[in-house]
Amino acid sequence: MAKKQGREMPEMNTSSLPDLIFTILFFFMIVTTMREVTLKVKFTVPSGTELEKLEKKSCVSFIYVGPPTDQLRAQMGSGTRIQLNDRYAEPREVMDFVAQERTTMSDPASQVMSMKIDQHTQMGIITDIKEVLRKSWALKINYSATRRN
Amino acid sequence: MARKKKKVPGLNSSSTADISFILLIFFLVTTSMDTDMGLARRLPQPPEKDQEDAQIDVKERNVLNVRLNAAGYLMVNHDFIDVAQLRARAKEFIQNKNNNPKLPELHAKQIDLLGTCYVTDKHVISVQTDRGTPYNIYFQVQNELVAAYNELRDDLAIAKFGRPYARCSEDEQVAIRTYYPQKISEAEPKNYGGN
Repeated sequence: MAKKQGREMPEMNTSSLPDLIFTILFFFMIVTTMREVTLKVKFTVPSGTELEKLEKKSCVSFIYVGPPTDQLRAQMGSGTRIQLNDRYAEPREVMDFVAQERTTMSDPASQVMSMKIDQHTQMGIITDIKEVLRKSWALKINYSATRRN
Repeated sequence: MARKKKKVPGLNSSSTADISFILLIFFLVTTSMDTDMGLARRLPQPPEKDQEDAQIDVKERNVLNVRLNAAGYLMVNHDFIDVAQLRARAKEFIQNKNNNPKLPELHAKQIDLLGTCYVTDKHVISVQTDRGTPYNIYFQVQNELVAAYNELRDDLAIAKFGRPYARCSEDEQVAIRTYYPQKISEAEPKNYGGN
């Protein structure tokens, strides 16, 4: 007993703490996805119950449909617009977009078009897009939505 | 020359942990972990060029006409109904439990694992929209129709295999899909009511 009294508790070695945190950081960087495009349209997707998860992120292309964002409204008006990548597009340009997306995919056969469409959009423009998608043989589509109970 | 003896002091790295913490938090905030969800649908193949507009004759009893007008009202065959009632209506139509002559025809069909069953494999649910129909209504209708199929498939899977459809084996799922094939067709939009 007398021997131990003089001893102090050794300090914990924290030199590996940065490495540990860096590992967590890299993990998050890999598993999460950064939003690639800056959104130029505003949309609130509808809610549904029979939803499926989008698998194979690399095979998914997004089409955004909705009114322009508040900053762009002054120039672009408030009509419904389609956004492909970083710019506004017309329905017929979807065909080029599909072809271009296909070239970057490892497995073009499982290409899925995810449609993020604002709730209040009228069906006319959506039908036009679907017609073009059919013509370009992009048949798998996914109406993006949020889960509702 | 006296300087030569001086040692470079070691870099104090005690704040590296803090820096990496800040980076970590930055990434946690800016990235989205949530997986994208959505209603998966399949579009029909494009019509071939030399194909005439072949009108495939479908008996009236085999078709459930779901029409959506520009105001977002729903009409099924000849009745106005609410979106909430659509699921029950679709299930009744797909099943035709009592061999009602107004509902789709029942055919005897040999299905692996299930034996000979009477199924309504000729039925079609046709969804027709107006160019002005709000997307939300259309989506809810699609959702209810898919829900009707999913419920029927789950019921059948539990009755025959004792577990829900999603947990059945590949072969069992194929059998159930043959029993209740998903047939939702979408016609060209027309202008119904209003503008």
